[in-house]
Amino acid sequence: MANKNKTSVIAEPGKQELFIVREFDAPRSLVYKAFSDKKLLEGWLGCQQMKVKYEKFEPRAGGSYRYISTMENGMSFGFHGVCHDFSPPERIIQTFEFEGLPETGHVVLETTKFEDLPSGRTKVTVQSVFQSTADRDGMISAGMEYGVVDAHNRLDEMIELNLIQ
Amino acid sequence: MELRRDVFQAIADPTRREIITLISKQSLNLNAVAENFDVSRQAISLHIKILEECGLILIKQEGRDRYCSIQPKKLSEVADWLEPFRTMWEDRFSRVDDILKKLKRKKHGK
Repeated sequence: MANKNKTSVIAEPGKQELFIVREFDAPRSLVYKAFSDKKLLEGWLGCQQMKVKYEKFEPRAGGSYRYISTMENGMSFGFHGVCHDFSPPERIIQTFEFEGLPETGHVVLETTKFEDLPSGRTKVTVQSVFQSTADRDGMISAGMEYGVVDAHNRLDEMIELNLIQ
Repeated sequence: MELRRDVFQAIADPTRREIITLISKQSLNLNAVAENFDVSRQAISLHIKILEECGLILIKQEGRDRYCSIQPKKLSEVADWLEPFRTMWEDRFSRVDDILKKLKRKKHGK
């Protein structure tokens, strides 16, 4: 069966936010689990070319997390944030910061909503609110967490964009 | 110096982005566009000229009015810019699909 669950990214020009929307063929409780379980998150945030490992994961209000992405060539980057709200099975709110930027303080507010759909399906909407349109556009352009296509090309791009010092 | 005239140049300026948003809802004449902004009509006129040069809007003379309408094909170049980012998430979510399949099987005791 062809994959009918297309991922949409909505980023209107000039706005400080972006949305990622995707439907899944599973009930909400399971989808929520995939988004809130350390081992499962490591399994899908990372891939063959980029391993993801959480060194801290406290999915509750007031908790925090930090994970490290390591690429095939051994280069690694940290990502961290604070957990604001983990309300199973409907909502996750947390902050997110990429540690590889030239300066700290570029924080993103992420809200993930899980909605019940008919026939045991679930719609996931991730809203990321950035501090500036430049922050948002930078993240999109750099493919920041990359790990797809060609990791090496991406790295060159990031160096060009001065995301890596 | 050759000026850059592409869709990214067009959306680089906040006023132009607002003009795009405005016109994408409905075609408007120049005055109607200018009424929405605090800056001078000349300034808006210049922005509109740049947007036209970037291929994002089309200007049609109708009697004494000049109507601006959006060129949706050009706007899709912005969507192309999103594509690598979207692909990254598509890859991730297809891995979520695999995980969900396993979880469903587990739930059914197999």
